[in-house]
Amino acid sequence: MTTDYLILGAFVIAGIVFPVVTVTVSNILSHQKPLPEKSRIYECGVEPIGPPWVQFRIGYYIYALMFVVFDIETVFLYPWALVFGRLGPFILVEMAVFVGILVLGLLYAWKEGALEWR
Amino acid sequence: MTGPLAIIVPVLAAIGLMLLNGVVLIYMLRKVLGHLHLRIGPAHVGPKGMLQTVADVLKLLSKEDVRPAGVDRWLYVLAPIFVFAPSLMAYAAIPFSETLRITRLETGLLYTFAVLSLVPLGMIMAGWASANKWSLIGAMRAAAQQIAYEVPLLLSVLPVVMIVGSLDLADIVAFQTGMWWGLVPRWFILLLLPSFVLFLIAALCELNQTPFDMSEAESELVAGFATEYSSMRFGLIFLAEFSNSFVMSALAVTVFFGGWTLPFVPESLTAPIAPIIFVAKTYIGIFFLMWVRGTLPRVRIDQLMNLGWKWLIPAGLAWLMIVGFVVKLAAPGGVV
Repeated sequence: MTTDYLILGAFVIAGIVFPVVTVTVSNILSHQKPLPEKSRIYECGVEPIGPPWVQFRIGYYIYALMFVVFDIETVFLYPWALVFGRLGPFILVEMAVFVGILVLGLLYAWKEGALEWR
Repeated sequence: MTGPLAIIVPVLAAIGLMLLNGVVLIYMLRKVLGHLHLRIGPAHVGPKGMLQTVADVLKLLSKEDVRPAGVDRWLYVLAPIFVFAPSLMAYAAIPFSETLRITRLETGLLYTFAVLSLVPLGMIMAGWASANKWSLIGAMRAAAQQIAYEVPLLLSVLPVVMIVGSLDLADIVAFQTGMWWGLVPRWFILLLLPSFVLFLIAALCELNQTPFDMSEAESELVAGFATEYSSMRFGLIFLAEFSNSFVMSALAVTVFFGGWTLPFVPESLTAPIAPIIFVAKTYIGIFFLMWVRGTLPRVRIDQLMNLGWKWLIPAGLAWLMIVGFVVKLAAPGGVV
């Protein structure tokens, strides 16, 4: 079991080292010749207007907030699902309460218009 | 194997597999899409164009690494690593056969989902750092759709976990070996078809695959968050994308299609070629993804968000409760 986690650690290291090595090799092999025209932002040859980091549509952030709530909920469901077969029928009632509260939250967000794309 | 070799060899094997997948899948995609478009696809480099991708990789390696002026330097350099590392790590838990596995994680299913959920982070880093509005729009779309569909994706496999009672991918496959009444394979796609439909839709979206490929809609966004990347940095992002479709397909095979086993064939025959069966099934899954890509038009982003939040999440929760109820009705004391 410890070997497994050491392997995972090695995966993280390899995931960092491999890109660094390939990019370095590619930089050595390739012919670098920077030009001012080349280093311009790709905009089909048109001059970009304004700064690139514009304020972004607020809808995305609302979805992100909703995601945090529901993703954590789903993660909480995993331990429940794991022991589901080993416990009695009451486990179902407990989960119905938990899911029910979240569905109420979803309905509230729906009613408030958080799920509308504007 | 003991000592450091036991750690290094699996990692190198995973990198090798990932590179091989990249080369084969890009060739396969171009061939399959070509034939779907009534073209022949790559045909000149090597027999039937088979060496085309090898030539492309060499070309990518020798291309100039153009870094546009005005990018956020650190994020720009780090982003390909953040895209690549999770998709390499996702190989760690895949069970190719009963014995051929990189790690024997008890939480393999959750681990794979957790690692794959890191991908949008790299994408949004890339899009933000590029200082290009196309990239930013692409990154925002990619992140929005991936987080919207992660919830249905996680919900879709919950019924499987409830029935098997384990997050170990090998246990899930073991549960699916054999037949019911000697006639029907014990695959979860037959037992839990709605789960598979949920999984399929969510997986297509997680992979930024057509019909949900708004994040790199070529006709509007150039190449999405990867627009400003060139040379091997672009190659890494591309490789990660293809590798993710392999991992997702492998997950589908493991969870819904009986993994390395075959129905109707005695296990003594399938056991020696189990990894081959597994990879073949996975490639059939990827072929299906490519088929979808060549067939369906792209949806609009508001349609996508509506489908995810208003249909798939409620449907996933309802299906979860239905399965729970039926299972408890059939076996009140527990199935395990």
